Amino acid sequence: MRLLRRKIVNAVMLGLTALCALFAVGVLMFILGYLAVHGARSLNLNFFTKLPAPVGETGGGMANAILGSAKLLLLATAVGVPIGFLGGVFLAEFASSGFASVVRYVTDLLNGVPSIVMGIFAYTLVVLPQKHFSTLAGGLVLGIMMIPIAVRSSEEFLRGVPLALREGAMALGASKSRSIFTVVIPAAKNGIIAGIMLNIARVAGETAPLIFTAFGNQFWSPGWEQPTASLPVMIYNYAVAPYDDWHQQAWSAGFVLLMLVLSVNIITRVAFTTRGPALR
Amino acid sequence: MAATIAPTTSSARPAGPRKLLQRLRSGDDAAYVVTLAAAVTVLVITALLIFELYKNSALPRQKFGWSFLTSSAWDPVAGEFGALPFIYGTVVTSALALLIAIPLGVGAAIFLAELAPPWISGVLTFLIELLAAVPSVIIGLLGIFVMIPILTSVAPSIQAALGWSPAFSGPFYGVSLFTAGVVLSVMIIPFIISISREVILTVPNDQREAALALGATRWETTWDAVVPFAKKGIAGSIFLALARALGETMAVTMVVGNDPKIHASLMAPGYSIAAVIANQFTEATGELYLSSLIELGLVLFGLTIVINGGARLLVMSTERGEG
Amino acid sequence: MTRRILNPILGIAFLAGTVSAQQVLINGAGATFPYPMYSKWFNEYHQKNPSIQINYQSQGSGAGIQQVTAGTVDFGASDGPMNDQQLQEFKDKHNGAGILHFPTVLGAAVPAYNLPGLTAPLNFTSEALAGIFLGTVKKWNDPAIANANPGVKLPAADIIVVHRSDGSGTTYCWTDYLSKVNKEWESKVGRATSVQWPVGLGGKGNEGVAGQIKQLRNSIGYIELIYAVQNKMEYGKVKNAAGDFVLADLASVTAAAGSVKDMPDDFRVSITNPPGKGAYPISTFTWLLIPQKIPDAAKKKALTDFLRWMLTTGQTQTEALDYASLPKAVVTKEEKAIAKIQ
Repeated sequence: MRLLRRKIVNAVMLGLTALCALFAVGVLMFILGYLAVHGARSLNLNFFTKLPAPVGETGGGMANAILGSAKLLLLATAVGVPIGFLGGVFLAEFASSGFASVVRYVTDLLNGVPSIVMGIFAYTLVVLPQKHFSTLAGGLVLGIMMIPIAVRSSEEFLRGVPLALREGAMALGASKSRSIFTVVIPAAKNGIIAGIMLNIARVAGETAPLIFTAFGNQFWSPGWEQPTASLPVMIYNYAVAPYDDWHQQAWSAGFVLLMLVLSVNIITRVAFTTRGPALR
Repeated sequence: MAATIAPTTSSARPAGPRKLLQRLRSGDDAAYVVTLAAAVTVLVITALLIFELYKNSALPRQKFGWSFLTSSAWDPVAGEFGALPFIYGTVVTSALALLIAIPLGVGAAIFLAELAPPWISGVLTFLIELLAAVPSVIIGLLGIFVMIPILTSVAPSIQAALGWSPAFSGPFYGVSLFTAGVVLSVMIIPFIISISREVILTVPNDQREAALALGATRWETTWDAVVPFAKKGIAGSIFLALARALGETMAVTMVVGNDPKIHASLMAPGYSIAAVIANQFTEATGELYLSSLIELGLVLFGLTIVINGGARLLVMSTERGEG
Repeated sequence: MTRRILNPILGIAFLAGTVSAQQVLINGAGATFPYPMYSKWFNEYHQKNPSIQINYQSQGSGAGIQQVTAGTVDFGASDGPMNDQQLQEFKDKHNGAGILHFPTVLGAAVPAYNLPGLTAPLNFTSEALAGIFLGTVKKWNDPAIANANPGVKLPAADIIVVHRSDGSGTTYCWTDYLSKVNKEWESKVGRATSVQWPVGLGGKGNEGVAGQIKQLRNSIGYIELIYAVQNKMEYGKVKNAAGDFVLADLASVTAAAGSVKDMPDDFRVSITNPPGKGAYPISTFTWLLIPQKIPDAAKKKALTDFLRWMLTTGQTQTEALDYASLPKAVVTKEEKAIAKIQ
């Protein structure tokens, strides 16, 4: 009797959780589908190779925005991931519990800052003293936004590595830092990479902070000291314009941004992760 | 009980000058210093941020003092500003988003990590993580074009069932706190799912095997043996999600109605701190107006401190209860 | 393996760092309303002068003023003129050198609504509009509206008001007009890019307001003329100071600018509720904000040349994008003012 009840509960919960997952995926598929239908429609080679054209003229593209976003994300990752990751290592491996709590708490606070406030912050810190907008400022602010997630997710996955592995390394004579970098971190690789991917994906779509730092540019942006166009800002500008033609381009840009993140995701996973969960 | 406590002591340290060289070469201290520097950088950046917010909001703090937090005025022409409606909107939309996203997210994570075949799990997880990449602006647009019409058609039935309560009363114009909460939940679900799933996957197999050996069903194994292990990590993912919800700007501002008033009903329009800053910062003229918006940023910081602190206490107390 | 990935990335990054020697790069920020026009102009100008790149970003009139005052951009743009306090602030930050206003095109705010079944645009008096937005005129069949529209069947439904939630030059224009024609509005609400609205829902940007109006039956809101035209929305006629009900279009908007009696030398003027016949009463200039002293000679030449081009060739391109061009008298006056830039 009890067994039957337990079996029913088992089946029901399996169904419910499956529904949850299906719902989440369903929403996503809907968004992707919508984006694909509306965005892929007017996607052509011009989009990837030409500069933006003014209203009413066809044949324009967002080549400068694509390159701009790539540059910004590169800088952001270079700034945010090392600091975040090493911070996570600190929390998981070296910190005393009191100090760790403080750092964790502050990291969560930083995570909760609205992106627009981050933008204003970077503006007062970098743009005003330099007296101009730049790709550098934009990459910096995105990098700072990446730090909290990098810290927390790295820490979570490093903590997940079992004691047995650490002790094994040390029993073989490795110093603490050696065992961390050669045994623990590789064991937590999958989760850490997943965290980084999620992170890059999130900042790739950020608009507000870029408005005050990278500014925007109709033309190509040489180097790192000039304002630059970026996909999210273009999307925002075009989505709120009165012209249908520009709305189309906004959807296309949204679709391209998604595909960009998708490719980064795929490439990194193929290059860096092992098949399946690390410890089963 | 937990097999994943981080190690607390380092290996025994040799003494003397030659051993000092050995110590340096072993890299332990270097590693400590470098990682400490990274952690401190986070503290420094946050401190700098708070300092900037504090400094640039001096004018309204002098003028309004604490009444800024309790006032409902928002009159740029007369120069009267108050934060209460925005605090209300931020808290309500975030709470609603969590209410929707946590059960769905954790449920989905459990399914993907424990109950689904690995190839399905891999594909679905990959797709769900892509959701985090959809720009906020696009989600806002979809909120307007898709979510609002759906909710507008569903609203009469919701109100028929729940209209007696003040939370669901009043006319529904499409844009509302409720709409914003739903849109926010869509944005934070990928964080909960992705991180919870990975955390559940790291729970060692012996836990599962032990439970199964004792005759537990798959669900019982998952719920009673695996998930409690992953609880801390799942809580961590919820904190991340909460932080995102509090600070989300673009998508919210497109569907929340942008009405700086407090209504009891969720179906009424509202406003959030991030949304009003985004809406009005670039057009704000005058020191008082601009710095009031910055003070709102400071208030959000304070809000985050309080909410995070409270949630942390909650988690700690439940942990203490379990032992 | 990582090196194989890293090298091409670094190569691209390096290439991305090259700057052509003779390029003149000018940055400007400001109003969103004229953004489509400016983007066309700057693009055209670049085609004709490939070494000059004028990069304009629409961040809002307020941002335009903020940025040009801070010196992070070379020029600004605004739908509302800078007030005396802002002019002084600019002078303080630039060693006493001032900033000049140059009108470029004209815009208008129109009352757009969602009332199915109408065959012609509704007529609105200034009392009706003020009443609706103050919340004193609550229903569509209120006499304030009905009396101006004899023979039109108006529903007995509540009016749903939609306004801008973000700060904007359009709001400034709308509230400026209401303040001029209605004492209650002036004392209760006032004129600004962002006000405390007595009633109504807030939409973000013109598209937000337009979207709301389209979705809500019996709603009314104010949007830019271009949005109304491009989105094929119904909007009403407004009674002007001369007593005619005028529908906003390019001709009536230009007429509003033309009927201003005394154009001040600094071009900072409000043209709402002008005296002229056939003038649309809720119109506005939009201005480029150019610093009086530009130290960089190449930038100065580029900007002054552009202004001359804008006043001649540029003005011929406005109609295609639904912008009203400047009246002749204003153009002549501006051409003389360009000499003030040093």
